[in-house]
Amino acid sequence: MNSLKRLTRARETGILLAFLLVVIATTVKNPSFVFSQDGFRDLLVTPMLVLLIAVGEAMVIITRNVDLSVGSVIGLTAYTAGTLFKYTDIPWLLVALIAIAGGAALGAVNGLLISIAKVPSLVITLGTLYAFRGINVLWTGSNRINSTDIPNDFQMIGTAQLLYIPVITIIAAVVLIAAAWYLRNTRGGREFYAIGSDPDAANLYGLKVGRRVLLAFIVSGALAGLAGVLYVARYGTVDSQAGSGFELQAVGAAVIGGVAIFGGIGSVWGAAIGAMLLLTINRALPVLGIQDFWQQAVVGALIIAAIVLDRILALRQARRLTVMEDSQA
Amino acid sequence: MTTTTPPTTGSAANAASGARNYPGYGRPFWQRLLLRREAAIIGLLVVVIVVASATVPHFAAPITYNFLLLDMAPVLLISLPMTLIIITGEIDLSVASAMGLSSSVIGLLTQAHWPFPAAAGVALVVGAVGGAVNGLLVTRVGLPSLAVTIGTLALYRGVAQGLLGTTAVTSFPAFWTDLATSTIPGTLIPSVTIVIAVLAIVFGVLLHFTPFGRGIYAIGLSPDAAVFSGVKIQRTKFILFVLAGLVSALAGIFYTLRFGSARGDNATGLELSVVAAVLLGGVSIFGGRGALPGVLAGALVIGVLASALRLAGITSDVINVITGTLLVLSVILTSFLAWLQRTRLSAGRKRRVTNGPASS
Repeated sequence: MNSLKRLTRARETGILLAFLLVVIATTVKNPSFVFSQDGFRDLLVTPMLVLLIAVGEAMVIITRNVDLSVGSVIGLTAYTAGTLFKYTDIPWLLVALIAIAGGAALGAVNGLLISIAKVPSLVITLGTLYAFRGINVLWTGSNRINSTDIPNDFQMIGTAQLLYIPVITIIAAVVLIAAAWYLRNTRGGREFYAIGSDPDAANLYGLKVGRRVLLAFIVSGALAGLAGVLYVARYGTVDSQAGSGFELQAVGAAVIGGVAIFGGIGSVWGAAIGAMLLLTINRALPVLGIQDFWQQAVVGALIIAAIVLDRILALRQARRLTVMEDSQA
Repeated sequence: MTTTTPPTTGSAANAASGARNYPGYGRPFWQRLLLRREAAIIGLLVVVIVVASATVPHFAAPITYNFLLLDMAPVLLISLPMTLIIITGEIDLSVASAMGLSSSVIGLLTQAHWPFPAAAGVALVVGAVGGAVNGLLVTRVGLPSLAVTIGTLALYRGVAQGLLGTTAVTSFPAFWTDLATSTIPGTLIPSVTIVIAVLAIVFGVLLHFTPFGRGIYAIGLSPDAAVFSGVKIQRTKFILFVLAGLVSALAGIFYTLRFGSARGDNATGLELSVVAAVLLGGVSIFGGRGALPGVLAGALVIGVLASALRLAGITSDVINVITGTLLVLSVILTSFLAWLQRTRLSAGRKRRVTNGPASS
């Protein structure tokens, strides 16, 4: 009973219902949105890149930081992977590992600058957003990696399925479950929340704040690297602008999913469902007869609605707590 | 502000004589003027201009500055209200989307055969309303401005694209498009410089020489202390967000006229350039610190580097690397200097403590 109550009260449940509502409404209008092979696959695959970086972004935001550089990290790692495919015969699994490690290294650059120099993450990652993208453009120029450059067995990952479930979705789900388990059940994970709720208190309590924040940025970078590799598998072509603008989608997904921008509150589940909702709405609008030019407006309205809702819920809870205190007194 | 820092050098002799004599400032005037972020960034601007003029062919020509000012005009304009907002400890990421929205509104009304001044007026009102929505959500509902303006960044851009779709409206009266790129008679300085200069003076006076402006710093340094000093925090922030919306709409009108094209995706991503210019100009992201001259210099440094590199034949995308690196370096340098000062101060204090009893 108690756990059922907790489930219905959870912030994530609301966003999940909204997601299901969108899917059902669209399917009623056009059944092939879910009940066709392409529709079903798109439903599961399209949000996965943003979902991955939203998970990393949620971990960073929970520590009261923000990572605006993820889009540029995707661009760099995707082009790195593409270049390795084009000019070398390295097996694709190794290429994927190199890209993930590269993403983690870029994340470590952010994390070290932030935790050692003690400067705000918003400024640093805004700077590295530019710097990483600039390096990418310098390196890429007007070249692009085409799908003919990429080995077939790797491109299969973009479309392959295992028991009707796309492989990309399975990869994302494994990452999501691991991250959720780490944040919820381990000591290190709980420290993320403690740091985000009150960095000074966490420091006084003896938590290694700098090290945790660094870890959050490394994870965020590594997941962006993974998303970069999957970008190559899914789209086949990579130019110098790959992944640009993803950072706002990741932050938007986390915020819609109930991760508070000032840290300490939320879960990667919420961020993941937020990403599903965000990208599914984009695909649902044209089906529902709304011109797709309005997509971004809907996304913006969703973000605003989500944070206003969170504020109202927080106020109501604060009021309930004072009432409880008063009645006890 | 550095000027109000209490003196940290209370000597033992003064304490012994009983009469404490505090100087008005901790450091002499020339040091206060030169040893600050604004002076450093203005110095950097001068260095960049000198080096570019000496090494890049054709950079020293007046026409370079004409294009430079035209290119940087939107960033220069929006950085003015953005500076004030960041000094209060808030941020507005929706400014470029507000530009796009203003551009779309003008395009739509021009298509409907409105006279241009009326269309521009409506665009300004729309910009102010957009700013007011941000302001209300931040002040009345009490939401963090970072989250709110990421939301309205998507919202305003979405409405802008929804209004015009993929069409681009290009039929503007020649009088107005010529005016946007015209120069002050007899010179090559673009006329829009006058608008920038007037607004810079207005915002400079507002920030540095009025009680309202002192309130802005007070809010950024300590909101609680500001409340108790009688600063109307909510009203101040609300006004600043409305101003940001208004100036963004103005920049959107200029952008539309300069390129003679109203599109929903005009000026996408410009908010990052504005924030980079403001932070490069020495404004602290935590609020409470910064000054307008530094911000204008910061924006011009980015502009000069961009046009110098373009003239030198290096792809203009290098500017992204430079902007990013400058931004990162500038904050790390500040943090490093603060650390240096702290260790020097604490070392001095320790020395006094150990020497104190022996000398008395």
